[in-house]
Amino acid sequence: MESGNMRYLAPKTVTEAAQLLADSDGIARVLAGGTDLLVQMKAETIAPDLLVDIKHIPGMREITAEAGGWRIGAAVPGAHISEHAGLKADWPGVVEAAALIGSTQVQGRASIVGNLCNASPAADSVPALVAADARVQITGPKGTRDCAVIEIPVGPGKTTLQRGEIVTAVLLPARTGIGADACLRFIPRTEMDIAVCSAAVNVTLDESGRCSAARVALGAVAPVVLLVEEAADILVGSRLDRATLERLQSVCSKAARPIDDKRGTAEFRREVVGVMARRAARLAAERATAKAGEKA
Amino acid sequence: MALDEYEKRDFQVIGSRPVRPDGIDKVTGRALYGADAVLPGMLVGKVLRSPHPHARIRSIDTRAAAALNGVRAVVTGADFGEIRKGETRNVAENAMAFDHALYDGHAVAAVAATSEAVAREALKLIEVDYEVLPHVTEIAAAMAPGAPVVHAGFVEDSVPDGFSENVTARHEFGHGDLEAGFARADKVIARTLKTAATHQGYIEPNACLASMGPDGRGDLWCCTQGHYFVRQLCAEIMGIEESRLRVTASEIGGGFGGKTTVFVEPVALMLSKKAGAPVKLVMSRNEVFRASGPTVSSEIDVKIGMTRDGRITAAEAELRYQGGAFPNITVMFGAMAAFAAYDLGAVRTVGYNVLTNRPKQAAYRAPGAPMAIYAVESVVNELCEELGLDPLEVRLKNAARKGTKSSYGPTFNDIGLVATLEAAQAHPHYRAPLGPNQGRGLSCGFWFNFGGNTSVSLSVDMDGSVSVTEGNPDIGGSRASIAMMAAEELGIPFERVRAIVADTASLGHNDVTDGSRVTFAVGLATIKAARAAKKELCKRAAMMWGIDEEAVTWENGCAKPSGPNAGSFEPLPIEKIARKSPRTGGPIAGHHEVNAEGAGVSFGVHLCDVEVDPETGHTKILRYTIFQDAGKAIHPDYVEGQMQGGAVQGIGWALNEEYIYGKDGRLQNPGFLDYRIPVASDLPDIDTVILEIPNPGHPYGVRGVGETGIVPPLAAVSNAVSHAIGTRLYELPMSPPKILKAIREG
Ligand SMILES: Cc1cc2nc3c(=O)[nH]c(=O)nc-3n(C[C@H](O)[C@H](O)[C@H](O)COP(=O)(O)OP(=O)(O)OC[C@H]3O[C@@H](n4cnc5c(N)ncnc54)[C@H](O)[C@@H]3O)c2cc1C
Repeated sequence: MESGNMRYLAPKTVTEAAQLLADSDGIARVLAGGTDLLVQMKAETIAPDLLVDIKHIPGMREITAEAGGWRIGAAVPGAHISEHAGLKADWPGVVEAAALIGSTQVQGRASIVGNLCNASPAADSVPALVAADARVQITGPKGTRDCAVIEIPVGPGKTTLQRGEIVTAVLLPARTGIGADACLRFIPRTEMDIAVCSAAVNVTLDESGRCSAARVALGAVAPVVLLVEEAADILVGSRLDRATLERLQSVCSKAARPIDDKRGTAEFRREVVGVMARRAARLAAERATAKAGEKA
Repeated sequence: MALDEYEKRDFQVIGSRPVRPDGIDKVTGRALYGADAVLPGMLVGKVLRSPHPHARIRSIDTRAAAALNGVRAVVTGADFGEIRKGETRNVAENAMAFDHALYDGHAVAAVAATSEAVAREALKLIEVDYEVLPHVTEIAAAMAPGAPVVHAGFVEDSVPDGFSENVTARHEFGHGDLEAGFARADKVIARTLKTAATHQGYIEPNACLASMGPDGRGDLWCCTQGHYFVRQLCAEIMGIEESRLRVTASEIGGGFGGKTTVFVEPVALMLSKKAGAPVKLVMSRNEVFRASGPTVSSEIDVKIGMTRDGRITAAEAELRYQGGAFPNITVMFGAMAAFAAYDLGAVRTVGYNVLTNRPKQAAYRAPGAPMAIYAVESVVNELCEELGLDPLEVRLKNAARKGTKSSYGPTFNDIGLVATLEAAQAHPHYRAPLGPNQGRGLSCGFWFNFGGNTSVSLSVDMDGSVSVTEGNPDIGGSRASIAMMAAEELGIPFERVRAIVADTASLGHNDVTDGSRVTFAVGLATIKAARAAKKELCKRAAMMWGIDEEAVTWENGCAKPSGPNAGSFEPLPIEKIARKSPRTGGPIAGHHEVNAEGAGVSFGVHLCDVEVDPETGHTKILRYTIFQDAGKAIHPDYVEGQMQGGAVQGIGWALNEEYIYGKDGRLQNPGFLDYRIPVASDLPDIDTVILEIPNPGHPYGVRGVGETGIVPPLAAVSNAVSHAIGTRLYELPMSPPKILKAIREG
């Protein structure tokens, strides 16, 4: 099929968009910011017959408060996330993870849902979304469902989304108690790079300053993002002190299942992902403690 | 030798920083680059490339592609491989494989079609029958006897027995008694150092538009550093006389040496000839990485002996460079440059060129020198560390100076190395305190510089403004510098001069924009052309006044009687003389043609501070200062820009840039995502200290500054990293995994 015959459609409702995708018989793709899709089309790794642009559907570019948490429309660009005061206060780690993507120019377009649905093991915003226990809302030809972010990617370039299904929003839960998250990635440069490894940590503190709940997620060290429960268990009940964080580091290094490739050796990734986890946990703890201070 | 050109004077325009004349066009999009050329009826060209690093091409079936609706021409090596010999044959075979695909990405066929989609479809219909052959991409493996022979028939007599046929040339330089020298040393260190192949990384991919007429005359528009050389190569490949092909250089989005040859241009011309229509061919970034010319990769053995008080007693190096599947002389430049900064009684360098199944290397800023000098400057620093000596003092103690017999033969004239080292020593950077995990590195650098064939024409327009016509693509602000020199010489404002780069039919031959030659050689020719025009202007003024030509002088843009005896006349400004020119003999112009000598070698010293994260191996450049002799900085912004740009590229080589080949012989990182050049946020503000020690070979004292800047950063960064982590790496790039491993292994 010639790329010259590609169709581009910009429907006004999600149901219409889902129907267009379901009815098409060639290769069909949702277009959000296009910062993955258009690059892949230029590189000739994909030649879609149909592009369904979701940016013109009402709500897709909005951030709204919902059930004590936040709803982020599927086509909200990174730059809007970075400037949202409410999100930054509740989920600083998710916001900093979204801001890692690309450059100023890329931030004007790139969405976190596109980042998730592109299903790269190195996607920068996904570990933070998993650590936040975020969910996504999905509309398909058969109706609407929702599921945890971690259930979406199943391997490089592969997701559990069915034909015609569109993610419509990311839902960040309400914060219970005093908590904060943080996300760090390692790249050889300072920006415009793909993660060699990354880690996101989300902690909740009780009245006494002990960690009462935690989630730890690692990126780019396995085919999909890893939620390391053993690492979270180490944090819970602790005061996030140095010795605890060092144990966290070694548990995360052990949990990683990296490969050797042009971006780094497996040995390097294993070691550095632990460092990222320890540093992210410390950062999350500092943020949470600062919040506790404000409340007191 | 033209070493008496320089005359001391006070400058009006030179040394100021006017706004660059090509700036507005570049920021508004009005500037036309290689891919911007269009002609009516233009076809789209596309190239089919080998997926194999080494294969014999048994046959190519192009019938189905040729029959596709919209396809107007198909070419393969069979359209090219004729009688030519030598480098032009290599260039042609690199542009289109003859009977063997020699590297991953080697062009094997091309099509011209009415649309991009049809061209793409046509490539899929071409059937190439490959007999895949064993390949080799690494130096040591390629040199070993019994290695797969990459490309037979290039071995020169200079190569001794015991190597594979991939070792094509041996070069040797030096003087003195090495054995006696090493015997006098208190400490001798011998190391092997390696550098990776790197790409020039220009932002604009190679692009051209070719139009061949049925009468064998053609036009070519392309982004190049040297359209005269493009014409010479393409005319020879097409089997036509040079005058039949006119080549026009577009604006250029970077070259750094990489655009001093041709890749797609002969293919576009051949497609156009066969199709009978213009053909545009634009390389993708993937093609640029796989099939244009990166620089060589290297393995270098260095052995240096030093006395306890820091005098080098003997120095030796063996350099082994691979530059792909065709021979080149880059290793010769490396062998010549390696020890150029030192005054040595006993020195020898030997260089070997090695063929591999990689793309044909192209020039890259000071070709061959950065790797050689990285190896030498690393070992010199290690000796300083071992002997507890200050690395800057040691360099001063051994520095080459006027009268030094250089390691590659000639005796140096006025050179700025000592002054440059002293400037570094006096600079606050050299003594600034360092924090934990931080280190400081130093390195010298050197490049030969070049003059070359140059032709410039300068015309005084009817209103007294001035047009300068030159033939060297402007890759670093040279139109501004050329216009400034014309303005200075004529005594008129910079704004009244416009410099343009003309096509190959407009001027005598101009060598390529390389060798840091343009501000030096084209500047020199411009000054001489302006002097010729001034002479004519004085003659016309003499006619207008009715006095002797000798009785008129030129000052501040005006003709003046040369003294009281000449008569008393009001000064005649250039515009008045120009307006009257139809009545005094016609248009007024000057021109100058020269094969310029006396370019003057160039030295630089770089200081670099880094901080290394001991847990990740990540290196941050904290502070960077460049000291370099410019002879005379015509437009200081562009001198600084050249120095800073060179440093940034060298930092890239030092930290992350490398061609990565898989076991399958394919390039793994043909894109800017995984080929990591430094981004702006990786770098501090790079400070420059310009020294001005006039070059006797140029009327204003100019010395080329374009290339030396890429030479020192490799060792400056490496020495700084060693200082920070307390252990030394002997291989570039020093990517984080390698640094972390070095830290762990202590
Ligand atoms: C220069 C550059 C730098 C980059 N740097 C980074 C980086 O640092 N880190 C990083 O992680 N990524 C990076 N990327 C990749 C990319 O920008 C991100 O993955 C981005 O978040 C993708 O979002 P998008 O909205 O542009 O997605 P799109 O390109 O529009 O879509 C991506 C994929 O997801 C699918 N999709 C999109 N939205 C939906 C939806 N609502 N429902 C179902 N499927 C959907 C699309 O069909 C497509 O397959 C970079 C890209 C570029 C060009």
